[in-house]
Amino acid sequence: MKKDYSKLWTLFKSMFILSACTFGGGFVIVSLMKKKYVEELKWLEEDEMLDVTAITQSAPGPLPVNASVIIGYRISGVIGSLTAIAGTILPPMVIISVISLFYDQFRTNPYIATALQVMRAGVAAVIFDVVINLAINVLKTKRALYIVMMVCAFTATYLLDVSAMLVILTCLGIGLADLAVTLGKKKGMAS
Amino acid sequence: MLLIKLFFAFIQVGLFSVGGGYAAIPLIQEQIVNLHRLMTMEEFSDLITVAEMTPGPISINSATFVGMRIAGIPGVLLCTIGCIIPSFCICLILAHFYYKYRTVSGVQIVLGAMRPAVVALIASAGASILMLGLFQAELADVALRDLRLVELGIFVIALFLLRKYKMNAITIILGSGVAGTLVYALTGRI
Repeated sequence: MKKDYSKLWTLFKSMFILSACTFGGGFVIVSLMKKKYVEELKWLEEDEMLDVTAITQSAPGPLPVNASVIIGYRISGVIGSLTAIAGTILPPMVIISVISLFYDQFRTNPYIATALQVMRAGVAAVIFDVVINLAINVLKTKRALYIVMMVCAFTATYLLDVSAMLVILTCLGIGLADLAVTLGKKKGMAS
Repeated sequence: MLLIKLFFAFIQVGLFSVGGGYAAIPLIQEQIVNLHRLMTMEEFSDLITVAEMTPGPISINSATFVGMRIAGIPGVLLCTIGCIIPSFCICLILAHFYYKYRTVSGVQIVLGAMRPAVVALIASAGASILMLGLFQAELADVALRDLRLVELGIFVIALFLLRKYKMNAITIILGSGVAGTLVYALTGRI
């Protein structure tokens, strides 16, 4: 893989900004990363971003950190990973360090509480925007298996509270079965 | 000695929290509250509240919070580094193999089956946050009379701006916070 150190500053800066503005868990930052690195900077392909998400979800540790390690590695190798991690963990470290000194005032401030509540609507809009694009691309594959899997996975996680990890592993199993069927067909044609 | 204890406690948190932020909470509680008694349960629940209100992964937030309260800046650095070491090592290995083999057609078939699931997982996270935003409740407890019109308006406008004008996501998130707070403040509801 070609290593490009000229992108390190952009990598750090973008991770820092994304991390500082990510309210509400791992998949929010994945949506933001997709917008930034796939749509805006065109550093990654869309499929690649989805693969990275599947990998980060299956590995231990915080999702945003895991995603930074892989994206950083893709951009500039191990140095890129370290740079991306630094960008991701600095904002929460600084913010929490400051807040830990006076967290009672922070917790009970009504303006902060309101801002955090209404911000969820904006965060949801960002995620929906990303999901609409991703779902269109799944539909475009015109593979019934993928479309059914997407609907089932959504029903399982959202309505039935199945863990994300279990959904990913199940789909990994389906993928392996799909691979076996494809290989079987090829063998059948060859003989 | 305390610092070393903290460091190893957070390595364990990082190593065993598989499957996102909320999986880490019981692990942190086990290590910090029950095992090492570095915090009381009450302080710990404050920590969860603060971690939910601030950006960043919950395990990094708690590593920082615990580190700061117990040993100041060196504590913050050591706890956070401990927490990310397992992630760093494991994901680096996974990334290496992913980029080495991802173009192999067999690997493509397997990864292809995982992509629709990832889309669904992101959609599910989006739906949960939307319900919290619009109703301040999880799906099971949603009642139409609790619908918050300000948040609904912000969601619709934000989605329109994103789809139609491809507006920057960070601007949308921060803008919706400012706009919504202003509406509530001006109508005297804060």
